[in-house]
Amino acid sequence: MSDHAPDATDRAIINALQGGFPVTDRPFAEVASWLNTDEADVIARISAMLDAGMLSRFGPMYNMDRLGGAITLAAMSVPADRFDAVSEQVNAHREVAHNYERDHELNMWFVAAAETRSGIDALIERIEAETGLPVFQFPKEREYFIGLRLQA
Amino acid sequence: MRARRDSGFRGTECDQRDVALLAAIEDGLPLCARPFAQIGEAARMDEGEVLARLRRMCAARVIRRLGLVLQHRALGYRANAMVVWDVPDADIDDVAQKIVAHDFVTLCYCRERRAPDWPYNLYCMIHGRERRLVECQIAAVKRAAGLDQYPSRTLFSSRRFKQRGARFSAPAPIPMAAR
Repeated sequence: MSDHAPDATDRAIINALQGGFPVTDRPFAEVASWLNTDEADVIARISAMLDAGMLSRFGPMYNMDRLGGAITLAAMSVPADRFDAVSEQVNAHREVAHNYERDHELNMWFVAAAETRSGIDALIERIEAETGLPVFQFPKEREYFIGLRLQA
Repeated sequence: MRARRDSGFRGTECDQRDVALLAAIEDGLPLCARPFAQIGEAARMDEGEVLARLRRMCAARVIRRLGLVLQHRALGYRANAMVVWDVPDADIDDVAQKIVAHDFVTLCYCRERRAPDWPYNLYCMIHGRERRLVECQIAAVKRAAGLDQYPSRTLFSSRRFKQRGARFSAPAPIPMAAR
């Protein structure tokens, strides 16, 4: 990751585009008109922020439930001396979207998505077999809020 | 397997061309002047069809949103707390509504209780720049939602190993015979 620091226009782009992106034929031109800049500048800035690691991605966030897919939160209790090796084993699976170390006996928390619930269960079984550790799933029963927009 | 609360819309709300379009954009939108025209080339449809299908899927909440996702640690959001409570099922909807009224709460879910020594069913995430500020925010949520009476844990994240969006076109599960 570079030490590229976002300037005021970068921050304005981040704050505007976490909420959505115009679905029009010239979307970057429309964003530019909000921010008093031009289309090429918006494209260049988003590209630079992706390269610098400030943005994890620029694209869709799917609703896996509506797509008939399945998503789960899972946790493991991993011995400290195996933590890095186990995280590599878990993250090697394409279905794993993110993975965090947290300060609890259940110290590895990851989210996985697949096309079906049985696909998730198969993934969890594979991770248990590869690591020799139990994996606990915490399936979502209800969703109250999914904002996750942060001020840049 | 338990019955899913949200039954899938597969085969009804999304047709095969929608699925092809979703697969074409899952790794990201092209950074060019006419990104939806370029997507159309990959998905074998014209720009107008791409726009119409994406608008419909956004309105139907199949796509929660298009746009950018922060690598929040790079922007200084290093204090990422997952707060969990054990709330009686009868109270959980009311309590959750009080939690999500706080604008610094980024996610809130009810989840099944599945692990030993883990009685918690209500989950809330707060992403902040300062751990001390996040601790104050958690205390404020607890007071406002009357949550002090329920067992609770706060799990800050110490390291992040992977962050990207959920993929749509995950590979097929390994057949039972192969495992």
